[in-house]
Amino acid sequence: MKLNTNSNVYTIVYATIVVIVVAVLLALAHMGLKDTQDEKVKLDQQKQMLVALRYDLKNCPNPAATYEELVVDTLQMTEDNEKANIIRFHLPDGATKYVLRLHGAGLWGGIGGYIAMDEDKNTIYGINFNHESETPGLGALIVEEPFRKQFEGKQIRNEAGKMVSIAVMKQGKTCEAGEKYQVDAVSGATITSTGVSDMLHENLCTEYADFLKVEPKTEEE
Amino acid sequence: MLSQKTKETLLGPLNVNNPVVVQVLGICSALAVTVQLKPALVMGIAVTIIVALSNVIISLLRNTIPMRIRIIVQLVVVAALVTLVSEVLKAFAYDVAMQLSVYIGLIITNCILMGRLEAFAMTNKPWDSLLDGLGNGFGYAIILIIVAFFRELLGSGSLLGYQVIPDSWYAAGYENCGMMMMPAMALILVGCIIWAHRSLNKEEK
Repeated sequence: MKLNTNSNVYTIVYATIVVIVVAVLLALAHMGLKDTQDEKVKLDQQKQMLVALRYDLKNCPNPAATYEELVVDTLQMTEDNEKANIIRFHLPDGATKYVLRLHGAGLWGGIGGYIAMDEDKNTIYGINFNHESETPGLGALIVEEPFRKQFEGKQIRNEAGKMVSIAVMKQGKTCEAGEKYQVDAVSGATITSTGVSDMLHENLCTEYADFLKVEPKTEEE
Repeated sequence: MLSQKTKETLLGPLNVNNPVVVQVLGICSALAVTVQLKPALVMGIAVTIIVALSNVIISLLRNTIPMRIRIIVQLVVVAALVTLVSEVLKAFAYDVAMQLSVYIGLIITNCILMGRLEAFAMTNKPWDSLLDGLGNGFGYAIILIIVAFFRELLGSGSLLGYQVIPDSWYAAGYENCGMMMMPAMALILVGCIIWAHRSLNKEEK
């Protein structure tokens, strides 16, 4: 049996078969693994939220269980934006924290994170960032502790009660709202740092404005 | 047990015919994934598996593949395997998959793969092709591991995520070398490895 492997018909049939076989194979693999993958994504998000709540994952052998222990409920935004959600936690010391999911853009791709707010919806308890593809050693440093630690205890509203968010500024520069409302940028990563700044501003002042505003008007005004 | 020729096929790429330091293939990913040892290990294993399997598959099909679309068929086989590996990593090693991000997908464009398929698997039997794939995969992995070892050790003071430089050194003024975190240092390290390799293998011309 001598097949002419160079004929047009053979080539087309061959290509078709190869493509169909590969497509079926990949579809099956994807379907088979989807559940495990979704679980991993969920676990990763839970871990990130725990970090925002100042948990050290190294001392946390079972993050999923810890998460379940702390989480109270999810206060989903009214808008149909799945990227925005607010989750309420009760820490072991009785404090209530709100974890808001952040999303924005860095230099090479998306950046995101979770910000944990105190019950007054004004003080930052902790924050955690993630990124898709920022430059290693530069922009990628936003996920590291030294950068994140700067946010802890900062307030996102000024004395007059106006939302100012937290700006990420180059060392030596001061943002409009004043020194209390800024952190130091990562040197050498201007665009990523600006991205973090914009992300916080946009998310806190627009996306979550309703949630953060609900605050009853205090003594001022 | 192994004939001279099979030995050469399997072990040649580890040293005298190394895909990275002699053929200078796959440099791009060698820079990108070697900041830490763990992603480098996973990348090395992934490439080894993919190059070995695609070599075998193409070698099995080699007499049926229409010449005019052989590159496309090779590419489809490689792409399918890469997608499979990527899916498996996402399901079972999520952290590493995130660290390697686009570079898993970019294995498709790793010149080692297409190079071996076109140069070896198209004209050799499946068993030899398997050995050739394994050899080249290991050859690539070994360089990645050497580079990642130095970058993680000097850049982060750790190996596989475990701190190996004692705190007392830091207290005494030792500092991690930030340069090691930059992709450029990987190129310089690869250069050093090539230098050492060439001076050790002078007679190979």
